[in-house]
Amino acid sequence: MKRGLHGMVTRLKVTLWTLIVPPTVWAAHFLFSYLWAAIHCAKVGGFPRLPILYAVGTIVALLLIAGAGIIAHLQSRVPGDTPPHEEGTDSDRMRFLAFSTVLLAALSFVGVLFTAAPVLFLTDCR
Amino acid sequence: MSLHAQDDPALRAAQEDRLRAVWAPPQGLFLRWTDCNNNRVGVWYTLTAFCFMLFAGVLALIMRTQLAVPENDLVSANTFNQLFTLHGSMMMFLFAVPMFEAVSIILLPQLLGARDLPFPRLSAFGYWSFLLGGVFVGGSIFFNAAPDGGWFMYPPLTTRTDLSGLGADIWMLGLSFIEVSSVAAAVELIVGVLKCRPPGMRLNLMPLYAWYILVVAVMILFAFPPLIAGDVLFEMERLLNWPFFDAARGGDPLLWQHLFWIFGHPEVYIVFLPSIALFAMMIPTFAQRHLLGYPWIVLAAVGTAFLSFGLWVHHMFATGLPKISLAFFSAASEAVAIPTGIQIFAFIATLWAGKVKWSTPLLYATGSLAIFVIGGLTGVMVAIAPFDWQAHDTYFVVAHLHYVLIGGTLLPLFGGLYYYWPLITGKKLSDRLGRTAFWTLFVGANLTFFPMHFSGLYGMPRRVFTYPSELGIDYLNLASTIGAYLFAAGTAIICFDLARSPWRQKAPRNPWNAGTLEWLAHPDDEDWGIRSVPLIESRYPIWDQKDFVKKVDEGRFFLPDAEEGRRETIVTTVLDARPLYVVRLGTPSWVPMLTAIALGSVFILTTYHLYWWSLAGAVATLGFVLYWLWTGTAEIPEKDCKPIGHGIELPLYVSGSSAPGWWAMFITMMADATAFSGLVFGYYFFWTVHPEFPPSGPGMDGPGSFWPMVALALAALSWGTTVAARETNRRGIVGTARLLLVIGIAASLAGIWAGLQGPLTTGLDPELHSYPAIVWVLVIWTTAHAGVGAIMQGYTLVRSIAGRMTPRYDADLRNITVYQHFMALTAIVTYATIGLFPGVA
Repeated sequence: MKRGLHGMVTRLKVTLWTLIVPPTVWAAHFLFSYLWAAIHCAKVGGFPRLPILYAVGTIVALLLIAGAGIIAHLQSRVPGDTPPHEEGTDSDRMRFLAFSTVLLAALSFVGVLFTAAPVLFLTDCR
Repeated sequence: MSLHAQDDPALRAAQEDRLRAVWAPPQGLFLRWTDCNNNRVGVWYTLTAFCFMLFAGVLALIMRTQLAVPENDLVSANTFNQLFTLHGSMMMFLFAVPMFEAVSIILLPQLLGARDLPFPRLSAFGYWSFLLGGVFVGGSIFFNAAPDGGWFMYPPLTTRTDLSGLGADIWMLGLSFIEVSSVAAAVELIVGVLKCRPPGMRLNLMPLYAWYILVVAVMILFAFPPLIAGDVLFEMERLLNWPFFDAARGGDPLLWQHLFWIFGHPEVYIVFLPSIALFAMMIPTFAQRHLLGYPWIVLAAVGTAFLSFGLWVHHMFATGLPKISLAFFSAASEAVAIPTGIQIFAFIATLWAGKVKWSTPLLYATGSLAIFVIGGLTGVMVAIAPFDWQAHDTYFVVAHLHYVLIGGTLLPLFGGLYYYWPLITGKKLSDRLGRTAFWTLFVGANLTFFPMHFSGLYGMPRRVFTYPSELGIDYLNLASTIGAYLFAAGTAIICFDLARSPWRQKAPRNPWNAGTLEWLAHPDDEDWGIRSVPLIESRYPIWDQKDFVKKVDEGRFFLPDAEEGRRETIVTTVLDARPLYVVRLGTPSWVPMLTAIALGSVFILTTYHLYWWSLAGAVATLGFVLYWLWTGTAEIPEKDCKPIGHGIELPLYVSGSSAPGWWAMFITMMADATAFSGLVFGYYFFWTVHPEFPPSGPGMDGPGSFWPMVALALAALSWGTTVAARETNRRGIVGTARLLLVIGIAASLAGIWAGLQGPLTTGLDPELHSYPAIVWVLVIWTTAHAGVGAIMQGYTLVRSIAGRMTPRYDADLRNITVYQHFMALTAIVTYATIGLFPGVA
């Protein structure tokens, strides 16, 4: 199973679009946070005591980023040409894009945690 | 043509003669200004932006002179307002952003081994727009009519015509015009980086400068349009009395602040990243080794670009938004320090690992990093909301932003000037003068801005024309003024150094022994850009590829000739840079300049309320654009393919997603959709601020859902017929395709009528309240787009009838289909919002 999954993951295409998946999820989560707070405070009439919707949204965002990061991590370790992997070959290009995606996933993961932290501490709309 | 054919010197000389003839610049007093070659337009652009910088710098000196002593009366409060507004606006809109575009127009083709960028005439159009708009805005101060509301032009001070004069209109319309040219340049640069790389230069071999330019140009696409949307609302309020920002009639000044800062904060990174990109080119050269952490730098660039769109409210911490909203933006503002730090560490590590040559450009690079880091650290301080409440609108913020901009933009650009001057003129600048200037600037900047931290904390507010002696900040202000003069002296030394350049001797080729492609340039440069387009196998081909320079010079790579007497370059695939086709480039022409003048007249005449004349300007603009497209684009080649050497034959025509034109349309429409989303944001923003939305009462009850749904159906019909026309045309059923286009035109025109019926029949009065006003704006935006869609459909129909668009050569039809996709999306969002949302709300 693992081998099959591993094989499937490393066959996925790596492009400029997959590179920006993790930060796009961060951006979507950020927009979600902003709208969630604005609509609760301006329209619903107060801060929810248990922000379940927000927690779910945040966990989904973290899972998506982690998923993109893990796939990219596996892709960035596809065996191929010799180190330092800076040649103009298919595998080095893929490793580069995949590794950059891993890094972006890490940054985006931290970014989502940063964004979500205030909801743990603040309890009203003042 | 075989490899060995290039051994023949006679053949090479003949090729060079042909290339030289094809790329010969236009001569003559007037004709020379019709040039569109990147090496000329880029230099004009750079010089113009440099002059605007000097002008805005002089404005700052006058301000510092006024503030040297308390209770000074050198200039009046009114003049002072104009000075700081124009200083900020010019430095941002007329220097920092255009300078990056200008430098990129010069450097990018060289870095990518291309003969020119894909749309040279678009670069020329961007330049003339920039010059015209810049002179209009900058010149206003000589008529005591300069904008005076601060560079962010907050309403209601600026929207009330009794409180602010023509200056606000000049700012809004003049700078909107320049924003258009910025977006044009962004389109050019994105397509250039993605599609005009030399064969073999895969994404992982691309020079980091190109990565940064790609990222920054994409940021421009998403950052400038919200400001354009804001400008539209702003001018609607000033010229037509539609109350978007007037709280008494349901508007909200905060909407402007949101739209401005959604632009304004990414803007900071838009001007900072290209300067960091210059470091990424210089540091490997002076460390004489590959840059460490290439993917980490890409992470930093892309990560910063994304995060920078989550920071805008940190300019609005003091506006009374809920703390939870502030906290989100505070969190993102802290997070952006991570990627920024990473790239600085990558540079330090590279220098550490290499054998450093302490050249003048490197001195500027390291010195500016030191200044930038101080600005970055105070940035982390003001990103914390409670600290910001103390420091907001004081000189602490002035100190912070100048440290960031001088360390992150100005000094790196001076470093880049010393580094790239030999590339552009073939001559080096003086090391002695350069170093003297550097230390003068370095001391001057710190002496000017470091004391401002303290004067700010002691309570000196921004934007005041004088201060009382009792505040106890006289000596701090005097120090700042002395520093400002020192800084000006440093700049003067650089200008003196530049002025002496024509009398200096030529430097050797590649004087810094750099490894990247741009240094193929020869001191006695030819206008053809590059002798032959190389095959790239390394990030530093001059260092790593054997006999690289010789092979390029002897035309042993691709496209060494111009047999058909056309300007050409190679278009390749996005990921792996496999050759796709040979694109024929625009040649010198009056059209870009005339189009810029016509478009400029629309904006400038509107400023003076000469609406009929500006309408005439708009018609002229349309005429020039159509002429430009008809004569200069999607030309059917005389043959299908041509050889580019090494046994490779490439087509001379492609359409659809392989073609630069398709990408340009796609990218332009992304910007357009972003501006539109700014307007939609306005609608929903008003929903959140009003307890009752839509409000009830006469003149506010509309637009109903019937007409919006009719208009939506017509937009869908227009979209469907265009897509069907593309498919039938592709299959060779030309008659049906033309008929479908006719139906599409009719649907688009009927869509305009139906769209306007909604607010018209329900009597929505846009002067009454922000709700009818925002509905009207959305409808006007969408119907105007339907009108442009109809013009495009008509144009394509005529092209088909004239035999310039055929089943095989169908770029026009494919490009307008992209437009129709976006048009359909716009119609769905607009008509669902105005027609259905009131029922839901």
